[in-house]
Amino acid sequence: MDLTLTEEQAMIQDMARKFADGELVPVAAQLDANKDYDLLKEKLKQLAELGFMGLNISAEYGGTEAGVVAFSVAMTEIGRGCASTGVTMSVTNMVAEVIQAIGNDAQKAKYLPKLCSGEYAAGSFCLSEAGAGSDPAGMRTRAVREGDQWILNGTKMWITSAPYAGVFVVWAVTDPEKPKGRGISCFLVEAGTPGLTVGKAEHKMGQHASATCPVIFEDCAIPADALLGELDDGYRIAVEELAGGRIGIGSLALGIGLAAMDYARQYMTEREQFGQTISRMQGPQWMMGDAYTELEAARLLLMNAACLKQAGKPFNKQAAMAKVYATEAANRACYTGLQLMGGVGYTQECPLERHARDARVTSIYEGTSEIQRLIVARELLREV
Amino acid sequence: MDFSLNEDQQAFVDSARAFSQGVLAPGAAEWDATSHFPVAELKQAGELGFMGMYTPEAAGGLGMTRLDASLIVEELAKGCTSTTAFLTIHNMATSMVGKYGSEALIEEWCYDLTMGVKLASYCLTEPGAGSDAGSLRTSAVRDGDDYIVNGSKVFISGAGETDALVVMLRTGAAGPKGITALLIPADAEGVSYGKNEEKMGWKCQPTRMISFDNVRVPVANRLGEEGQGFAIAMEGLDGGRINIATCSIGTAQQALEEAVAYVQDRKQFDVAIADFQATQFRLADMLTELVAARQMVRLAAFKLDTRDSQATTYCAMAKRFATDIGFKICNEALQLFGGYGYIKEYPMERHVRDTRVHQILEGTNEIMKVIVARRLLMEGALEVIK
Repeated sequence: MDLTLTEEQAMIQDMARKFADGELVPVAAQLDANKDYDLLKEKLKQLAELGFMGLNISAEYGGTEAGVVAFSVAMTEIGRGCASTGVTMSVTNMVAEVIQAIGNDAQKAKYLPKLCSGEYAAGSFCLSEAGAGSDPAGMRTRAVREGDQWILNGTKMWITSAPYAGVFVVWAVTDPEKPKGRGISCFLVEAGTPGLTVGKAEHKMGQHASATCPVIFEDCAIPADALLGELDDGYRIAVEELAGGRIGIGSLALGIGLAAMDYARQYMTEREQFGQTISRMQGPQWMMGDAYTELEAARLLLMNAACLKQAGKPFNKQAAMAKVYATEAANRACYTGLQLMGGVGYTQECPLERHARDARVTSIYEGTSEIQRLIVARELLREV
Repeated sequence: MDFSLNEDQQAFVDSARAFSQGVLAPGAAEWDATSHFPVAELKQAGELGFMGMYTPEAAGGLGMTRLDASLIVEELAKGCTSTTAFLTIHNMATSMVGKYGSEALIEEWCYDLTMGVKLASYCLTEPGAGSDAGSLRTSAVRDGDDYIVNGSKVFISGAGETDALVVMLRTGAAGPKGITALLIPADAEGVSYGKNEEKMGWKCQPTRMISFDNVRVPVANRLGEEGQGFAIAMEGLDGGRINIATCSIGTAQQALEEAVAYVQDRKQFDVAIADFQATQFRLADMLTELVAARQMVRLAAFKLDTRDSQATTYCAMAKRFATDIGFKICNEALQLFGGYGYIKEYPMERHVRDTRVHQILEGTNEIMKVIVARRLLMEGALEVIK
């Protein structure tokens, strides 16, 4: 067993770290305060130029072909710098991966270069609905075949990057007669298609610069060849192909947790109370030690899931374990970091309260912690 | 031993609930979004007696016990955590004036303060003196019938919008014995205010730094004797800890009520999520922990009211426990709301942001553990703290 990164993986990690330190850390507070989508798009373009928008995509389509481990370590570094930029990078990579996994040659040739090159600022998934969150099979959005077109009707919610995404992967019910979950299909819809409207962005607790919006389809006509994968195979695609997204979000959360604790650790060595720095007191030392131990465990769980996926082995259970553990450990780390900073941690003088707000949603989106636990339990019981 | 509320207490609770639901709750989200300090509503609270709950009756207050005040604060916090937290700070500062001020000072300030016509801030923390409050350095030097005050205080709730500042100052040697409390009018010459801190929560009350540059304060504005300041501060803090713990309890109660309604309404996988055992187990733990925390806070308040020799330890335990549990319940309620919990259309993320600071201020929870540990390691401690 060798836990070291390959030369290429280490190089990508290093590039990501430099980009995060040089380009993201200086603007992250501004992105949070102003929800500045233009600035975000500028950063996304730079990420694409570094090859970070298609890390696991074939070079034939402009991808970096660096693998899942490289994707994970890069996500963590970007997450250290700015969570809003990180989530956009994770989702866009997953859009590209899904197209690569199940798209036909024409779809791959059309969309992958645009996603990898940054011609599209981002890609989006349209899966959730108001009444279908953890239970996506309960969706209502319909796709009806009319001649050589599909007509989409319905409203999707919580759509990351909707105002600036170039392409949307949209799930809709194609056969309502079939049992629940069996009559859903997946489509590729381009931004600007008539009948597609992006609603106003939600006011969220954190990850402010990443837009989260409803997307409304009203008699939205798309060509027959916009079908992605097999007809009525959409639910399987959602539950199986999206498992990789959990590695992305877990890795992002790890980055946020590390950023919080690294900042707090530095502060501990400078802050004096009772005549000594608080880093010399055992209470804060143990708080710090526990936080870093949990983050290290999270990193190893993520690496394990990433290695399995990269080797083409089943990784569903490991990805769910990694996602629930990493996101919750990151929340605890942000909490501890903020606590170590005392009152200063509660103000926007330092980034801790932002890290805490940003980390919070990582245990909700891309499958809530509850759903991850359900997946883990189901996989475990299947093995009996 | 009787855990039920008496008639008077029930009447306080009913009146606080009506004010909380009718006046605070409808404004809370907007005050949070726009950082609006609800001065008019605080004045209304004053008309109901809530601005001088435990200030002595002779000074215009209601002279209540801390336990009774806690019943009121819990109801108010359900409506707006941040407004209620400020209200409790005002109550603490006002009671210090009512208890330790001269008759003339009480005459000049206390009636307006207890009515909510004027507002008070409490000034203890400094940039270098947070958890280690005894090391504060802002100085008051005697000059005839005045003190000359120099230095600065940070994280002052209400600063810039309040009328009276109750300030802990160094008049003597280093350490707790050299500290004295003064009431300084907020508009005194030489008092200046920093920018409103951008905070994670508690947004409807301003938090500013206050600088004192050769501020001249009459000796008549002193609270208690010279050197008595730290004792006054610590006595205030015991009660302040009950207040903040209660703000957590009230907010957690509100979050739990909202979550219970939501899980019965929200359907996934074709059933209400309340029908899932994992949801039920979580709710059961939330309620169990909330009741335990509430009773612990009330016990601590009772110990303070009865001048129990161990009151400080009980207050520290209650503050640590109730603010940790309160935050945890709000955070879990947010989780039960899923994505909806993360957006501002629902109050869950505000509850989380607001209760987060309760684990930091009024003595961080780490300092609470220091207080408890130091006491429990003394001989015989476990015989009197049960």
